Amino acid sequence: MPVIVAENISKRYIIDHQRKNGSSSLRDIVSDQVDKLFSNKKDLSDFAEKEEFWALQDVNFSIDQGDRIGIVGHNGAGKSTLLKILSRITEPTTGQIKIEGRIASLLEVGTGFHPELTGRENIFLNGAILGMSRNEIKQSFDAIVDFAGVEKFLDTPVKRYSSGMYVRLGFAIAAHLNPEILIVDEVLAVGDTEFQKKCLGKMRDVSESGRTLLFVSHNLTAIQALCNKSFYFEKGRLIDQGETTHIVTNYLSKVSHKTLEKHWDNMDNAPGNDQVRVKRFKLFPEYQDDLNHIDVRTPMNFQFEFWNLVEGANLNLSMHLYTFTGECIFNVGTQSEPFAKGLVRGTCEIPGNFLNDGSYVVSMMIVKDTSTVLYNMEEALIFDIEDYRENVTWYGKWPGYIRPQLNFSIRQTEHVVND
Amino acid sequence: MATVQHTTTIKAGGSEKDYWKDLWLNRQLLWILSKRDISVRYKQTLLGIAWSVLRPLMTTVVMVFVFSYLAKVKGDPEIPYPLTVLSGLTIWTFFANTFTQISSSILINSNLVSKVYFPRLLMPLSSVAVGFVDFLITFGIFLLATLIFRYPVSWQVVFLPCFILLTFITSLGFGLFFAVLNVRFRDVGQLIPFLVQIGFYICPINYSSSLAKGTWFEKYYNLNPLVGIIEGFRWCLLGDKVYFNPNSLYSTTVISFLILILSLTYFRKKENTFVDHI
Repeated sequence: MPVIVAENISKRYIIDHQRKNGSSSLRDIVSDQVDKLFSNKKDLSDFAEKEEFWALQDVNFSIDQGDRIGIVGHNGAGKSTLLKILSRITEPTTGQIKIEGRIASLLEVGTGFHPELTGRENIFLNGAILGMSRNEIKQSFDAIVDFAGVEKFLDTPVKRYSSGMYVRLGFAIAAHLNPEILIVDEVLAVGDTEFQKKCLGKMRDVSESGRTLLFVSHNLTAIQALCNKSFYFEKGRLIDQGETTHIVTNYLSKVSHKTLEKHWDNMDNAPGNDQVRVKRFKLFPEYQDDLNHIDVRTPMNFQFEFWNLVEGANLNLSMHLYTFTGECIFNVGTQSEPFAKGLVRGTCEIPGNFLNDGSYVVSMMIVKDTSTVLYNMEEALIFDIEDYRENVTWYGKWPGYIRPQLNFSIRQTEHVVND
Repeated sequence: MATVQHTTTIKAGGSEKDYWKDLWLNRQLLWILSKRDISVRYKQTLLGIAWSVLRPLMTTVVMVFVFSYLAKVKGDPEIPYPLTVLSGLTIWTFFANTFTQISSSILINSNLVSKVYFPRLLMPLSSVAVGFVDFLITFGIFLLATLIFRYPVSWQVVFLPCFILLTFITSLGFGLFFAVLNVRFRDVGQLIPFLVQIGFYICPINYSSSLAKGTWFEKYYNLNPLVGIIEGFRWCLLGDKVYFNPNSLYSTTVISFLILILSLTYFRKKENTFVDHI
């Protein structure tokens, strides 16, 4: 049975180009109107100052009871606008949504906390703001305090709390809401890994109890773990919906800047110089199962083909691997060898279960006599590695640049026998 | 958890019919927000609640000195002038505080407006609480003053709640309008203190409206609903010696309700898009 049915939802914002801050002053409006009185080009000036922006356009969907919907898309794709409309914070410009059941939205942790009030007072304040009755709050009070771990500071104003305590208390209250439909926006972006783990655990409880969940996040691993269906938004439109795995793969293939191959057929316009010219740089992933994206398990083969134009040149290749943010992870080189004129091919393999998830950039140097750089191609190849986890309960960002599988084990070395 | 099916329809111009029911269901939130405003009012101040006593007291002393001793303004005859001032000040301060608080209530709570839904009317309503506490304190001071001046409160005091309610309605009427305007135009923040300052002089606080009697502007003067309210409030406390024309109550009530209805309609029309302008 559908619990949320949205028909033709659109949301328009008028952007004022003239004014820098959100609120305009009365004087501006008055002077604008006066200007318009004396201006012939009424429509033109109107158009120049104000621009329509459709944050959402013709969005239709239906969500069944118990669905866990992940919402993905770039920044500005309309995800947050949709959540705002669903939580009734703003209204759509057109269309309508029918919602069956009590809805609670968590767009922020600790909404309405007052810094001067104590933790205890804020639990009641925030609970009431989120729509809990006094009795509901009283019933879950101990559980909230326990979950947040702030027993000692209950009567301290929250302005004295550490940011961690503040966030924990905020989430603890929200976690004890009991709605039929829960809307969550990116709350996992804040807090430490320990806290994120708690958040996701709690959200899994919600989803397993048959309630409906809408979850916006950039953390695709979390979305894949929690959501059975997903919506993909782009430029205000719902462009795809369906099984989460399908949507996430689709989304990833569109968002990445990846360059898995560069090639030039004609030596004349190929990059290089009168000694070497590049023919083809290519990455061959050994895709696992029937996936078509690279994840942490995927071994990758690189091929670097170039034309050597100088007979008997002593050449070697040097490859740098960088993270997308520019830190060098490693540099490897081949032996230097003499080559005749013609095509030369270098190959390299990066094994699976070695690099961590993330975006990586390969740069390639062709070096003469082990010392002179003949040609250097920065950003020769760019690729993304997706996350993949098995048998874990934690979905925060895995730390580190590499994620090797090492021989790391534990075993019992002594057994204490009870007498 | 209630098992009652709860259906919500969201659409453009969404003044859904459950609004007033929603407001009623959220009454606990109203209470909690009010409590919040009251309890944080004097946090980290040295004198705390004493401010609520000192302010009206000092104002009365200064007004009595300036108007009575320097400017020789006459209040109603046979009534101690300080009582005239204090009674006017009591109800005026209630109006001015509530009006000011209401008109900034949406902006002050903008963090809530942008993150969570509840009937927005709760914010202006809850912001009345602080003003009401101050009112009770000033009223206490007034009662003490009647003891000092040995001027017993008259029997008309039974009508007092009507005038308090009328003040509340008027301040809500004016306040809601400016609260909406304030979201869009921050000029309102500059305007309000100015309006309150002007109001302090054009309303019969430090003088009796009998001064306007028989002049050409009397009928315009009485259009100000606060004139009737202040005189009526004073009449409740100090009795028939106060200049008060009960007939003026008709126009006062009609004007107050009319303003409230207009403002409320405006507020309801705009409240779902507050967040787009904050």
